[in-house]
Amino acid sequence: MNGHQKLGRIAPAIACLLLGCAPGIPTEALQINPQTLAQREASSRSYDTGNEGEILSASVQVLQDLGFTIDRTAADAGLVTASKQRDATEGGQVAAAVAMAVLFGVYMPVDDNQLIRASIVTRPIEESKKTYVRVAFQRIVTNTQGQTSKIESLNDPELYASFFRNLEQAIYLEGEKV
Amino acid sequence: MAIRYITAIVLGSLLLVNACNNSQSRVLETSQSAVQLRSFQAKQFDTKDKEFMMRSVMATLQDLGFVIDDANMLIGTVSATKLDGYALRMTVSIRPAAEKTVVRASANYNDQPVEDPVPYQRFYESLQKATFLEANDVIG
Repeated sequence: MNGHQKLGRIAPAIACLLLGCAPGIPTEALQINPQTLAQREASSRSYDTGNEGEILSASVQVLQDLGFTIDRTAADAGLVTASKQRDATEGGQVAAAVAMAVLFGVYMPVDDNQLIRASIVTRPIEESKKTYVRVAFQRIVTNTQGQTSKIESLNDPELYASFFRNLEQAIYLEGEKV
Repeated sequence: MAIRYITAIVLGSLLLVNACNNSQSRVLETSQSAVQLRSFQAKQFDTKDKEFMMRSVMATLQDLGFVIDDANMLIGTVSATKLDGYALRMTVSIRPAAEKTVVRASANYNDQPVEDPVPYQRFYESLQKATFLEANDVIG
């Protein structure tokens, strides 16, 4: 590779840095993909009640149980959104940072704080007198230097299964009017 | 020689000052005309059922990995955010027009507006599957 070829390869990268341009939206961002169906199954349930309000109200109870603050509610659209700020320190990361500091004298920022967001959407299925519920969780993690270190959707099926166990209990209690 | 350096510094600072003023002009900035944007951001669906379209839009956004931030049935808006190593924020408006419903989506990818027709096409393909209705271009 001669000098000109090298320059040809590096030049766009340098131009990009100088102009501060970021890569654009990934083409698959707004596309249904093979994981969509599995994720939909994990994050939704249907309940034998035509009373959408009852499900929304039970959802609010569960979110409160889990320490979330309700941000928005839109009953006619079947929506509850909530969020909470929590500690994000992980033992392993801290141990690695301490090792780096001791061995190389390098300061490594570790995860510090996280904003967890949730939305619950209900939809009545009129013909079968059922209500469909779907929940989604996301989080934004910031490190000890105040930088965003993770920005992600939470897709662990166990997280969703556990949420629905809480919701089932809340719906049962709602029915009992406790 | 010194004069050259000074001139370069002065010119450089002027450019910087100019750049600062420009950041305010971003408030009403757009890279394309409203007509062009609408041509691929908006589609019309053969239904009068606004609630059905609202709920289908919410379901589609959830399928695409969004958390719904807000929804207003009266005004017909849904806002949602997708976090996947990036932040993609989207507003979808739903309004009745004659015997049809016009849906318009607009998205921001991190701090940039999404002005490429392809992601919107993908979104409407997903919405078509959810509604079993065809997304047609808005005429006029």
